[in-house]
Parts: sequence; structure tokens; C-alpha cells
Amino acid sequence: MHVTRDFSHYVKDLGAGLKHIDLAVEGVSCAGCMAKIERGLSALPDVTLARVNLTDRRVALEWKQGTLDPAKFIDRLAELGYKAYPFEKASAEATEAEESRFLLRCLGVAAFATMNVMMLSVPVWSGNVSDMLPEQRDFFHWLSAVIALPAVAYAGQPFFRSAWRALKSGNVNMDVPICIGVILALGMSLVETFHHAEHAYFDAAIMLLTFLLVGRYLDQNMRRRTRAVAGNLAALKAETATKFIGADEISEVPVAAIRAGDLVLLRPGERCAVDGVVVEGRSEIDQSLITGETLYVPAEQGTAVYAGSLNISGTLRVRVSAAAEGTLLAEITRLLDNALQARSRYMRLADRASRLYAPVVHATAALTVLGWVLAGASWHDAIVTGIAVLIITCPCALGLAIPTVQTVASGAMFKSGVLLNAGDAIERLAEAEHVIFDKTGTLTLPELEVVNAADIPADVFALAGQLALSSHHPVAAAVAQAAKARSPLMGAVEEPGQGVRAVVDGVEIRLGRPAFCGAEALAVQNANLDPEASVVAFRRGSDTFLFSVRQGLRPDAAKIVAGLQRRGIKVEILSGDREAAVAAAAKALGIDEWRASVTPADKIARIEELKRAGVKVMMVGDGMNDAPSLAAAHVSMSPISAAHLSQATADLVFLGRPLAPVLAAVDYARKALHLMRQNLWLAVGYNVLAVPLAISGLVTPLIAAAAMSGSSILVMLNALRARKVAGEAVSWK
Amino acid sequence: MEVMIILVPLALALGLAGLVGFLWSLKSGQYEDLEGAAWRAIADDDEPAPAQPEAAPGRP
Repeated sequence: MHVTRDFSHYVKDLGAGLKHIDLAVEGVSCAGCMAKIERGLSALPDVTLARVNLTDRRVALEWKQGTLDPAKFIDRLAELGYKAYPFEKASAEATEAEESRFLLRCLGVAAFATMNVMMLSVPVWSGNVSDMLPEQRDFFHWLSAVIALPAVAYAGQPFFRSAWRALKSGNVNMDVPICIGVILALGMSLVETFHHAEHAYFDAAIMLLTFLLVGRYLDQNMRRRTRAVAGNLAALKAETATKFIGADEISEVPVAAIRAGDLVLLRPGERCAVDGVVVEGRSEIDQSLITGETLYVPAEQGTAVYAGSLNISGTLRVRVSAAAEGTLLAEITRLLDNALQARSRYMRLADRASRLYAPVVHATAALTVLGWVLAGASWHDAIVTGIAVLIITCPCALGLAIPTVQTVASGAMFKSGVLLNAGDAIERLAEAEHVIFDKTGTLTLPELEVVNAADIPADVFALAGQLALSSHHPVAAAVAQAAKARSPLMGAVEEPGQGVRAVVDGVEIRLGRPAFCGAEALAVQNANLDPEASVVAFRRGSDTFLFSVRQGLRPDAAKIVAGLQRRGIKVEILSGDREAAVAAAAKALGIDEWRASVTPADKIARIEELKRAGVKVMMVGDGMNDAPSLAAAHVSMSPISAAHLSQATADLVFLGRPLAPVLAAVDYARKALHLMRQNLWLAVGYNVLAVPLAISGLVTPLIAAAAMSGSSILVMLNALRARKVAGEAVSWK
Repeated sequence: MEVMIILVPLALALGLAGLVGFLWSLKSGQYEDLEGAAWRAIADDDEPAPAQPEAAPGRP
């Protein structure tokens, strides 16, 4: 059978005989990598463009239509030492990128307008206390109006739209007082300029928008960047399926190009990327990613297999099924939808603050107007003072208080191996007081490891590792990895479903099932000692050995669990695995609360029970069976090795082998929430100082501008503190 | 104060030129990869650079 790789799904036709493809590349980190990749790819004939984007870790390629196969680029990058895979921008990511560009354009317009209006305002402020002629002042005011009005109309769009959306649905968000403040400030300034008055607030209005746009842009850019990274990770998982394109001809195609009814090949050691039914072949499959159960399940004609199942011993042909009602996936998706709906009701700190803020501000302004009128001032003066109150209270620092902290904290989390999926995840994570861990793949590593390596002579281990390289079986792969074997043995023969054998120096060696190696007695003995381990036997001449293989705990799991407990967070294990396996893990980690053999519905029930008791639950899990509970929990986290669905559901995703990022994320989130609150108080404190001045009618445009920039800078500087957390340094690498 | 007749329009024109320049740089994709741009500036030129069109990062 001949295998071809077909990436035509990802290739875009640019017209004029040019083709385009985007590749996600792993491990690009510096100028050297960039030059190496660009040179290496440009050297291929017919390539017209090869450009690395270091921020998003991607390569854009263009070539002349013809004989060049896109698979060639991937091979070339592999030769250069980089893992790459074609990449399709999710529509969500494209929207985020477009929004990000729009905000930057608004920010540019607002910033240039601010600079120019300021250039005109400073002479007015100094002229007001010296010898400026009223005509000159009017001229400068009119010029400011000509710059500020169109700039606000353009750069204010994000705020106007958001405020309008909120008002239409009967809500109030932070953008409502912003819009009212800006519009009133501009309107009043126009009227005042018309009447040759001394003060106009064009500068304050446009400066306010500039500062707020900085916050918006930072927020948006953080979201765009996490999405790009998440997109790369998904692409680099390189989920392909081996599809039959003829009776005996197969082709490797991306999962996105597989349709229901297609026939795919599943070889030993491969992870199934689709849902389907076995039509031919006999094997064992590992469904631990889906159910949490670590025992292998036999598969034969008619067995349903799900995306994420690992094929162990035999080759299977699978007919891809449409997600029918009542399948495991459909059931999980239904639970997921319900849970996600419930969570969308969480109200972010910023929204809660603005819900309090808007009425207070507007009431203060209205009372100021009334107060001055009652005190005998003219309506004109009273309204001008009222609007000054609105301008000075416009939530400039308030609008920056949260996004700046979020940007800094997410950057710090990113460095310690945590990616944010949801914008409000930091706030919710900081509140977590009870962590529920899934066992398989979360507390344990997804790969298998040899647990009795110390009992086996080194030369035997090395030889077994070399032989294991010739097998597709995942357990054998674990032996090969543990032995750090590099060179496979010549002439090794694999007997499907049994093992591999070879002849070395005239002695036959075998690796495989205990029966294949004549090591049944050892296997029985081991089964009594360690019932959860998978075994693989090895025979050299007449000597037999047994490798005991199982998923090991993450190296620092015990330390991290202890760290969480020290921070006053309760830790619990809910696993779909057998009782003996869960009990052993719980004991090793010092966790008192655990439950085994739980179904996805049981997990949700437990979370709901805790929720009713008022406990904020964080769920950490990787399996597809965890996805609904990830969604049901107050906040959720998944390792990067997790099933697709869980990763998409989780608020945070952590990288690497250690569990340390979980603890780091909690620390950063707590620090960040603390700083967000502190920033809100700083912003409120500034208002407490400035509002009495505004009410008493003493605020001039100069004071407004100084107060606004002063408080904004203070809040931004305070946000920078989110970069560091006290306590132990944690690393995920 | 007649000098203002020249200086004010000049200042505004310069400001406008700056804005147009910024919008152009944004449109030509110069903010798509800030990290890469930082490294490209200090990359060694001693090896012959590959033929590269002066276009924006490839977008369809």
C-alpha cells in the first residue's frame, strides 16, 4: 500500500498561478531560527515568499502553481529541525485579529488627535493667565473642535457600539457613562466656544478616549494572542486520519477533510481521530482519554470507537459515523451545552463595578446641577459645572484598572506555561477554594513509563529497548523510551498481536505478551503485586524478564498538591478509573477525598453539590468525560495533552510535564485579582479627591487633563506588579 | 502674531502626516509581528539574503 499526504485542504489559491499556505511551526524563538527557515524554504525552486511571523510562530508560504507539493515544505522544515503543520485560521481567530487591527487604528487616530489638540490647549491654558486675546483663544478652540469632533466620531466607535448594545438589551456597562461623558463634554465645549467662553474640554474628551483605547487594545491583543497560540497547538497535534481512497490505496488527510461514511485505517499505536465503527480487524483499544478507564477494551467488527481512543495491538478499518443521537459524544456535548449556559451568567468584576458606578456618577452630576440652581446660580453655569463633574468622573482609570492587570498577569502566566482561554478566567481562578482533579492524564502523565526499571540488568534493558523500537505497540514504545534506545535491531520481525523477535549473536530474543515469551509465571506473580500495571515480557535465550508499565504520576504532583493545600485550597480526586488505581494515586499524593468509577454525570453532580454549599470549584481534567464537568465548574483547567473537546471547554490550558503551572496559575490569579481590586480603589480614590473640586465648580480643563493622565499612569504602573508573585519559583520546562 | 498663519497650519499638516504614516504602516502589516521585527533589525547580514519581495506578510 502506498501512503500519500494530502494537504490540499489547507492550500489557498491566490490567482495568477500562485498558491498560499500557512504553517504553524514549533520551536522558533530567535532571529537565527527565522533566517534559517526563511533561507531554507526560499531555496526550494518555485517558492516566491517564505516569511516567519515570530509573534504567532507561523510561516506564510507562497509558490508558483505546478509540481511543488506542500508536504515538501513540512519535510524541509523537519530537515531544518522544526516541527510544522499546515494551519487553518479558525474564524474566531480571524475576527479577533480584525478587531485588534480596528482598535489599533482607532487608537492611532485618537492619539494623534490628542497630541494636536494638546498642542492647541497648552497655549490657551497659559494664555488665560497672561495676555491671550479672546479672538486667538476662540480660534484655537475652533481648531481643537475641528480636530476632536471627527476623531471622536471615528475612534469612539468601539465605545458607542458597545454602549448601544448594552442599552438596547436594557443593561448598563462601563461604556454608557463613557459615551455620555464624552458626548456631553464635546457638546458643552461647542456651545461654550460659540459663546467665546474661557474653557473648552475638547482635549479632555479625546484624551479620555485615547487612554481607554489603550486598555481596550491591550485586552484584545491578549485575547488574540492566546487564540493564536491555542490554534497553533491544535494544528501541531497534526490530527490526520489514514483514509482509503481506493480499495487498497490510502492517503493521509487532515481530520477536517474527513466526511461521514469514509473508511479509515487505524494502525497499532495510533490515536483515532474520528468517531466510527470497526468494520474489519481485531485489536485492543485504550479509551482512557474518553472514559478515564485505563484497562484496555477489546475491539472487533461492530465496536464503536471514539476520537481519542488509542489503538494498541491490531490494525483496524473504521467506518466514520456521523455523530448520531445517543452516542457518547452526543451525550457529552449535551451536558456541556447545559453547563456552559449556566456559567455565562458569571458577572465580571468590571461589569459589577460599572453597574454600581454609572448611577452614582449620574446622580452626582444631576444633584450638582440642582444644587447650584437652588443656590442661585444661572442654569448655564449649573449645567457647565454638572458636565465638569461627568468629565472628571469619566472612568478613565477605571477602564484601565482591569485590562492592564489582565494583560500583565496573562503574560506572566504564559511564561510559566499557562494559556488563558477565557477573558474572565483570572478572576474566577483567584476565587477557587476547592480543586477537583481527574486522575488519568491529569495527575498522571499521558505517556506510559516502566516502573520496575531498577530490577532489570542494564544490558538486558538496553537490548529490550532496541528490540522494542521495531514494535508499534504503545507499551513497547514506553520500554524503548525508558531504555533511551536509538538504533533498531536488524531483522526484527513483528508478529501482530504477539510481539517482536530477532536473533542477536545466534541467540533468539523476544519481546511481547508473556505467553509469547514463555513468561506466564512471572506475569501472574506481577499481577498479584501490582494489579494495575500493564506488562511486557522479554526473553533472551532461556532467561525471561518482565517490564511492568503504567502511567506515572506527574513528577511534582505531590509537591503541587501540598502547595495547593497550604494555600487553603481543598483537593479532591474524581476519576472514572478503578478503585485500586485511584486509591493508590490518592495515597501517594496525600489526598484524603477521592472517588473512583464515576461517570461524567456523577462528576457534575458532585460539582453541583459543592456549588450549592457555596464552594467555588476548580476542575482540572483532560478526558472527554471531563468536558462537561470542566464546563460546570466555577473555573477549569486542562493539560495540553487533553482531548480536543476538554481543551476547548477549559478556561486555562497548561503545558509541559509538571503540574507546577496549576499552582503558578492560582498564585498569579490571586495576585492579579488583588491588584485589580487595588486599582479599582485607586480609581475611586482619585474620584473622591477630584469630585468635590468639580462640584464646587473649580475644575478647569487643565486640572481635568492632569487628573486624568495622573490617575491612568498610576493605575498602569500598579498593574506592572502583577508580573511577579511571592513564594517558590515554579517552572514547567 | 501673523506668524501663526504659517505655524498653525504647518503644525496641523505635520500632525496629519504622522497620522497618515501610522495608518499606512498599520495597513501594510507592520504591526503583525512586533517580536520578529525586533529580531530582524539585529540579524546578521553577512550571509547573502534570500531573494524576498518587499511585500507585507502573506495575506490572501
